[in-house]
Amino acid sequence: MIFKRKQKVVENLAEANENAIFNKETEGLSQGQIVFRRFVRHKAAMISVFVLFSLIMIVFTSSGVKIGPFTIPGWWQYKFDQLLDLRTEGCPPGVVGCPTLDMVPSFIDGTGMGLGMHPFGQDDIGHDYLSMVMRGAQRSIYVMVVIGFLGGSIGIVVGSISGYFRGWVDALLMRLTDFVITIPTIIIGSVVGYHFGNLGVGFLAFYLGIFAWTGLSRLVRGEFLKLREMEFVDAARVAGASNRRIIFKHILPNAVGIIIVSITLLMSGAILLETALSYLGFGVVAPDVSLGSLISQFQDSFTIRPWLFWWPGLFIITIALSINFIGDGLRDAFDPRQRRRLGKKEKAASRDQAKIAAASN
Amino acid sequence: MFAYIVRRLGIIVVTLFGSSFLLYNLAALSGDPLEALRTSREPNVQQQIIALTRQLQLDVPPPIRYFYWLKGILSGLVGHIDFGMTRTGHPVVDQIALAIPTTLRLVSGATVLAIVFGISIGIITALRQYSRFDYAMTFVSFLLFSLPIFWVAVLLKEYLAIQFNDFLGEPTITPQWIFFASVFSGIFWAAIISGSRARVFAIFGIAGTSTAALLSILSATKWFANPGFGPIVLFGLAIGIAFGVTYLSTGLGNSAALKSALTMAVLTLILYYPNQWLFGVSNKKLVYVLMIVTLFVVSGLVPMLFSKIDRGPIIRTSILAAFLMGLLTVIDKLMQTWKPYMETDAVYFRPVPTIGQVNPLLEPGNFWINFLDILVHLFLPTTALLLISFAGYVRFSRGTLLEVLNQDYIRTARAKGLTERTVIMRHAFRNTMIPLTTIMVVDIMSVIGGAIITERIFGWIGMGTLFNQAIGSFDLNLLMGVFLLTGFLGVSANLVADLLYSTLDPRVRSGAGKK
Repeated sequence: MIFKRKQKVVENLAEANENAIFNKETEGLSQGQIVFRRFVRHKAAMISVFVLFSLIMIVFTSSGVKIGPFTIPGWWQYKFDQLLDLRTEGCPPGVVGCPTLDMVPSFIDGTGMGLGMHPFGQDDIGHDYLSMVMRGAQRSIYVMVVIGFLGGSIGIVVGSISGYFRGWVDALLMRLTDFVITIPTIIIGSVVGYHFGNLGVGFLAFYLGIFAWTGLSRLVRGEFLKLREMEFVDAARVAGASNRRIIFKHILPNAVGIIIVSITLLMSGAILLETALSYLGFGVVAPDVSLGSLISQFQDSFTIRPWLFWWPGLFIITIALSINFIGDGLRDAFDPRQRRRLGKKEKAASRDQAKIAAASN
Repeated sequence: MFAYIVRRLGIIVVTLFGSSFLLYNLAALSGDPLEALRTSREPNVQQQIIALTRQLQLDVPPPIRYFYWLKGILSGLVGHIDFGMTRTGHPVVDQIALAIPTTLRLVSGATVLAIVFGISIGIITALRQYSRFDYAMTFVSFLLFSLPIFWVAVLLKEYLAIQFNDFLGEPTITPQWIFFASVFSGIFWAAIISGSRARVFAIFGIAGTSTAALLSILSATKWFANPGFGPIVLFGLAIGIAFGVTYLSTGLGNSAALKSALTMAVLTLILYYPNQWLFGVSNKKLVYVLMIVTLFVVSGLVPMLFSKIDRGPIIRTSILAAFLMGLLTVIDKLMQTWKPYMETDAVYFRPVPTIGQVNPLLEPGNFWINFLDILVHLFLPTTALLLISFAGYVRFSRGTLLEVLNQDYIRTARAKGLTERTVIMRHAFRNTMIPLTTIMVVDIMSVIGGAIITERIFGWIGMGTLFNQAIGSFDLNLLMGVFLLTGFLGVSANLVADLLYSTLDPRVRSGAGKK
C-alpha cells in the first residue's frame, strides 16, 4: 500500500518534471520558432522535406533552361522528344531499350555502378525514358504547385471574407461553394481537359486550380467564425483597425496552421488528380508528357518492359508520400496540444530526479 | 426539425439548379457534338447533321437549351420524368438504370470491406498508440493515400491474376515463400498483441511456426487446387468465432451468451451435411432465402433457453455468431465449387480474370458456379478499391478513438472499475462510431457516382463508363443525367449525415438549435 502510494508520488513528480522540461524548451521563443522546432523534430517530415527538395532539384535541372538568348544546359544530354536509336546490346533476347542503370557495386557482379546511356531505358520507339520521366515529373509538379497556389489563395480569400463579414455575403459565397462542391473535380477536369487539353499544361493547371478551393474555404470560414469573436479582434477594432487590417494582420496569422496543413494536403491530392486525368486522356496530352500519361501509355508493356511502368509510378508515389508526411509533420507542429514524446534517456532522467525528490521528502 | 429539413431540401434544389446550369454550359461550350460528322466523308453527312441537330436541339443556344432539359426533369414532378435521349437515340434513363446495378456490385463489397478492416485496424492502432505497429500502419496508410489507383491496378493484374493463375497450375508453395510469410505473420501478431519482451518473442514464435506449418500442409496437400474446410475445420473455426464474438460483445464472463454462441457452433457442425444437401439439390433462390430466415430465427430463439434476464446482449451475440458461421458455411461451399469451376471449359484453370464483369463463355444454370464467377471477377477491382479507401478509415477511426479516449466519461468509466473491454467496446467504440457513421454515409453515396478509373481499367460498364462515354462523344443529355444523379446523392448524403449525427449524438442539435 505504502509502496503504491510512493509510486504515485514518483509518477506525479515525474510528470511535473516533464512539464518543466517542455516549459524550459519553449522559454523565450516566439510561436513561429516553437512550431519550427517541433517540425524539425518530426523525423518522417524532415526526411520527406529532404527527399522532396532533392527530387525537385534533380527533376528541374535535368533539362536545360532558355533565358532570352542564353541557354543553361541541363545535366542530362537527351531531350524528351528526341528520337534515338533503340539500344539492344546487353538486353535479354527479344527486348529492346532496356535500362542501363546499374546500382550493384562492382565487387558483386563485376560491372560497377553507373548510369549508362539510358538509365531508365527507352520507350518503344526510342525516346530516352529518363528524360521523358523528368519532363513528366516537371509537368506534374508544376500542375500541383499551381493548383496549390491558386486553390489556396481563392480558398483563403473566399473563406475569410465569408467568415468575417457573415450575413448575406457569407450566404452567397457559401452557396457558390456548394455549387462547386457538387460538381466533382474529376468531372470538371475531364470536361475541360478533353476539349481544351491542347491549350497546354498551364491552362489545365489554372482550370483545376479555380475549382480546387472549396474544402479550404470552408475550413478557413469556420476558423474565422471562431476567431472573430475573440478579444484580440475586439481590441484591434476598438483601436480603429480597418476590416482589411483585422483580416490580414490579426485573424489570418492565427489561422495559418490550419491553412498550411490543408494546402499541403490539397497539393498531394492535386498530383493524384492530375495524373488520374492524364491517365484518362483528359489532362496533359501528347506530344507533351506527364507522369500519368506515361503510365497510361505503357501500362500494357508491363510484362515485357516493366521499367516503362515502374519509374513514373515511383515518382508519383515519392512526391505524394513526401508531401503527405510533410503535411502530417506540420499538423503536429501547429497543434498546441501536441507534445513531443520524451526520449528514453530524458524520461529516465526525469524519473530519477523525481525519485530523488520523493526520497528526500 | 421539419422546418429544418424543408429548408435544407430547398437549398439542395437551388444548389443542384445552379451547378447543373454551370456544368451544362461548360460542357456545351467546350466542344462541338457535330465535329465528328463534319469531317466525315459519308455521302449523307448533311442529312445526319440536320437530324442530329434537330434531335439534340443544337440550334438553340446552350443557356436556353438548358431550360428545355430542365423542363423534362421537372416534368418528373407530375409523373413522367424525361432525361432526354442519348446521341444514339436511347433514353438516358434506361442507360442509367442499366449502369447502377453494375456500379453497386462493383463498389459495395469494397466499401463494406474497407469500413470493416479500416475501422478494426484504426482501433488497434489507437489502442497501441506509438507502438511499432502504429508507426507501421501510419506509414502504410500514407503510402496507400499516395498510390494512384491505375498504377495499383496494373500491379494487381500482374501479380494477383497472371502470376496467381500460374501458381494455381502448380499449387505448391516454395520454402522461401513459406519462410517469408511465417516471419511476416510472426511480426504482425507480435506487434498487435505486444507486451513484455519474452511475451513478444513467444507470440512471434507461435504465430510464425503455426503459419509455416499451415502453409506447408496446404502446399503438400495441394489444397489450393481443391480447397475446402470440411466439417471438422469448420467446427473448429466456428468455436473460434463463438469465443471471439462473445468476448467482444458481452465478455466471456457471461456464460449464457457463451453457451448460446457455442450451441450455434454445434448446430453448424450438425447441419453441415443437411446444408450441403440443400445447397446441392436446388437452384431456387427461395430455398436460400428460407435458410437465411431460419438462421436468424433459430439464433434469435436459442438464447431463450439459457437466460431469462438481460436477453438483449445475449441474443445479439448469438445472432452475430450464427451469421458469421453461416457465412463460413457458404464460403466452404464456394471453395468446394472452386474445382468444378476451374474445370469448366470457359475457365480452364486460369480462374482469376484481369478484365470484365462475368465470364461470357460460362453457361448459366449452376447457381454456385455462376456466383463464384461473379466473385472471382470482383476480386481484382475490389482489392484495388479496398486498398485506396481503406487508409482513410484507418486514419479517421484512429484519430476519433484517441480523441474519445481522452474524454472525461472514459476516465469515469475506468474509475468505476469497469473492465477494459467494457470501457473500449461500450463507452469508447460506440462514441467513435458517431462521426464515423456520418463519414460512411457520405462515402457510400458518393461511391455510387462510379469509380471512373477503376471501371475503365477493369472493363466494367457502370456509371463511370457512362460518364466517360458522355464526355468523349459530347453527349450532353447523358452527361447531365449521370451528373444529376450523382450530384443529388452527394448533396443529400450530407443532409442524411447531418440528421444521423444529431439523432445519434444528443449533444449535437444541428436542426433545432440553430437560428
